[in-house]
Amino acid sequence: MRGFRALAIVMVKAFYRDKMMLFFTVLFPLFFIVIFGVIFANPVQSKQSVIPVGEIAFLNQMPDDARAAFAQVFDLKPPQDLIAALDAVRKGEVAAALEQQGDELIVHISRADQVAAATVQGVLSSFVDTANLSIAGVPPTFSLQIAQVEDQSLRGVQYVAPGMISYGITVGATFGAAMTLLSWRQKKVLRRLRLAPVATVSVVGARVVVSVLVALLQLAIFLGVSMLPFLGLQLHGAWYMAIPLTIAGTLAFLAVGLLVGAVAKTAEGGSGLANLITLPMGFLSGAFIPLTAAPGWLVVVSKLMPMGYLVSGLSDVLVRGQGPAAALLPMGILLAFAVVVTLIATRLFKWDTA
Amino acid sequence: MNNAIEVRDVRKRYGDLEAVAGVSFEVAEGEVFGILGPNGAGKTTTLEMIEGLRQADSGSISLLGMSPWPRNAALLPRMGVQLQASAFFELLTAREQLQTFVDLYGMPNSRVDEMLDLVGLQDKAKVPAEKLSGGQVQRLSIACALVNDPDIVFLDEPTAALDPQARRNLWSVLMAINERGKTVILTTHHMDEAETLCDRVAIMDGGRILQLGPPAELIRRLGAPVRISVERAALTAERATEIEGADSVEIEATSTIIVTRTPARVLSALAQLDALAGLQVRGATLEDVFLELTGRAYRA
Repeated sequence: MRGFRALAIVMVKAFYRDKMMLFFTVLFPLFFIVIFGVIFANPVQSKQSVIPVGEIAFLNQMPDDARAAFAQVFDLKPPQDLIAALDAVRKGEVAAALEQQGDELIVHISRADQVAAATVQGVLSSFVDTANLSIAGVPPTFSLQIAQVEDQSLRGVQYVAPGMISYGITVGATFGAAMTLLSWRQKKVLRRLRLAPVATVSVVGARVVVSVLVALLQLAIFLGVSMLPFLGLQLHGAWYMAIPLTIAGTLAFLAVGLLVGAVAKTAEGGSGLANLITLPMGFLSGAFIPLTAAPGWLVVVSKLMPMGYLVSGLSDVLVRGQGPAAALLPMGILLAFAVVVTLIATRLFKWDTA
Repeated sequence: MNNAIEVRDVRKRYGDLEAVAGVSFEVAEGEVFGILGPNGAGKTTTLEMIEGLRQADSGSISLLGMSPWPRNAALLPRMGVQLQASAFFELLTAREQLQTFVDLYGMPNSRVDEMLDLVGLQDKAKVPAEKLSGGQVQRLSIACALVNDPDIVFLDEPTAALDPQARRNLWSVLMAINERGKTVILTTHHMDEAETLCDRVAIMDGGRILQLGPPAELIRRLGAPVRISVERAALTAERATEIEGADSVEIEATSTIIVTRTPARVLSALAQLDALAGLQVRGATLEDVFLELTGRAYRA
């Protein structure tokens, strides 16, 4: 075990003294967490702008609660004459121009932005219907209650934190294993270790333990920063399952790094290859951008990426309010992936550059 | 004396290339043994097979009475290895590199300072290994090879790419190792290094040992003539050819050179002629042996 301890110290020092490594495993993900967390801290209500043409008696007659509801959906611009208002609609500056002639409410919309047009149309007709009913004195038979489901729609830090934690862990483990292997092989440290009384299990064990500790530290830092008041991450679910998930993810990407280390010939080549794997995987796995709006084939591709399981597993237990069982399938897939890739890497492994 | 290393008809082939084509020798305990040869002679491959880094295709190797292949855990603590490329961990200082090797071999921490003192790197202890000069790197890698107080030290081109001053510094380190009674086996392509350091050398080329013996004996075996030069003003070419024992005479810009196989007679004749001004006597060196063996005899 003495070899284990000495090599673990070497790896820890190599990690914190390598500025690039620190940047990509800690600062880069933190940067994204802070940026996205701040930008999307307050969910933006996309209000539709509406220009009234002259005085709209209908709006003035609205009861207070209806007026408040109206203000939530519409951004009411200062009144203009018809020509100027229609011009604004035509240019797409506003969603609609509103005109009242007697009891008739006329909505001028453009078909260019169909979503905005439909929203304005739908919401305004519901206001008109409500007004008609209340004038007729008919009590409403049905009522609509709005209830938000817990974090089904993830915004800001709730979304970005699990993604960035996954990305940081992936990069840390992949590069950690690949660079150890490549630079040690290139610098003949591997050969030197073969001629020292050090068991292979000490070398591998030191790498695994150091990588897992680094990953858990990343998890703690990223969660800690995300939970600062200005970002306001709130944990919903069996958050403690993030720890075994992180370990499983680390093992999976250590295996990827091992494969990179076995395939590449130089440290530079290995670093490029590791980037070529982790960066696209970050995007395709939804670590940076949500895949909810992605086309179906992309979702299929993401299912083939081990990182995707880490991202979805971590979001399930950290922010989506899932129980501990939700982490089991992703963990199983990550561990199976680790085993398969390690077996391939071991077959391709060479002690020497020659 | 027991043999620390015994190599019997060892061969190694890489594809079509027979890198080592039947090599046999012994190294006695406490001996400094050199393998000398040009690049590609098979020196490093031979050394790596003895170390146990490569498996010989045929033949047998015994290291301290044991086989180094496959990886022999009983041998490893008794070997000290300096590889051709200095094998250092990234981003560690000289002291930390040594400390790591001290820990790997389970040696007491006091060894770190002992080793730094031995190779004279105490003032560079806090410098990252990447920032050491070529000579300092070589000394550090030799220090790393010695942390475990090994019985056999392997040095693969320990002074390659060093300036003359750094090489001489390193030689004194190597001589200090030998004084401790260690068996040292080293490869080199510097003749003067082999002549200075080695008790015996094996001259290799094309995967074979061409000659083996103490450097002085190899030179004697060559029977090469001695070149005696004096100032041209002190001795004209005509008078030089008249000297008994002079095989031939060469004239250079400022000196007259007599080539002879009987230097004693020529020198006493020169003394009688009072023609000793600017006297220089150059005998054959290992370089001549090497050229004779590899250049003229085998490549002409």
